[in-house]
Amino acid sequence: MLMLTCPCCGITAEETEFAPGGEAHLKRFGPGSSDGDYESYMFQRKNPRGVHFERWRHAYGCGKWFLAARDTMTLEVFGTYPAQTTQPPPEIIAKIKQKRPEWEGSQ
Amino acid sequence: MSDLAQSALQSAEFEGFVTIREAGLQGMITLRGDLGAEGLAKAVTKATGCAMPAPRRVTSAGTCGVAWMSPDEVMILCSHDKAPDIAQTLSKALEGQFATVAVVSDARAVFKLQGAGWRDALAKICPVDFATLTEGDIRRTRAAQVAAAIWVSGKDEATLVCFRSVAGYMFDLLSTVAAKGTEPYLYSLPTETS
Repeated sequence: MLMLTCPCCGITAEETEFAPGGEAHLKRFGPGSSDGDYESYMFQRKNPRGVHFERWRHAYGCGKWFLAARDTMTLEVFGTYPAQTTQPPPEIIAKIKQKRPEWEGSQ
Repeated sequence: MSDLAQSALQSAEFEGFVTIREAGLQGMITLRGDLGAEGLAKAVTKATGCAMPAPRRVTSAGTCGVAWMSPDEVMILCSHDKAPDIAQTLSKALEGQFATVAVVSDARAVFKLQGAGWRDALAKICPVDFATLTEGDIRRTRAAQVAAAIWVSGKDEATLVCFRSVAGYMFDLLSTVAAKGTEPYLYSLPTETS
């Protein structure tokens, strides 16, 4: 079972109380951008077996969006952090590196 | 307020190992804004007599209560006929501030669950560890297929708020999980009489 802690209201609940929102930290390429950038923004998504950064919404709770770092294979959650973050925070990266020394970063 | 105002199920009741009762007309006002702002907290206290609640808590004073719903939302509980007046007072006090006030009394349904086993009944339909909830706590969660807010409103009593459109579903659901003979005894122990 996937257990997430919402950083907005502090509640730890299981997956069905949340709604998944796909990959986190996407940079938008809108009108005027190159075809390649637009395609990668619009269609290309990471689908790693292992460490992944995701958007989640506490749909049945406080209703707020937040970001989570987790392992897609073991369902281990490394941490959750506010949605108003453009890059994974250093403490989350440190935690992942500690538990998954072979991990090469999100890029 | 019109005399036509009616609650969703007009105080329907079910007697199981927990007593389920639709609570009738209940005034509810949604207030959204920056809960940390001093002006907002002051306005709420002035209009209701209640202090601003801490996260996931409910404060009450007299017939009014203020429930924390999310980092930028509180729900004010009051008597049904007073709701429009309180909302107007609040709107006036918050004029020019980044806040919205809306009377949602008739958009919601309220149920009272009375009996020592209310945690057992709700544990069947909510993904929540009810042992962590104490009196005065509020928890927004999922009850089977619909959203619900559960407030521990007293010893052996919980108040559940859901959307009015799902009131019938909620009453049937609560009646099913509270039926006699289906006690899971997760949080309470069997008594001699039951």
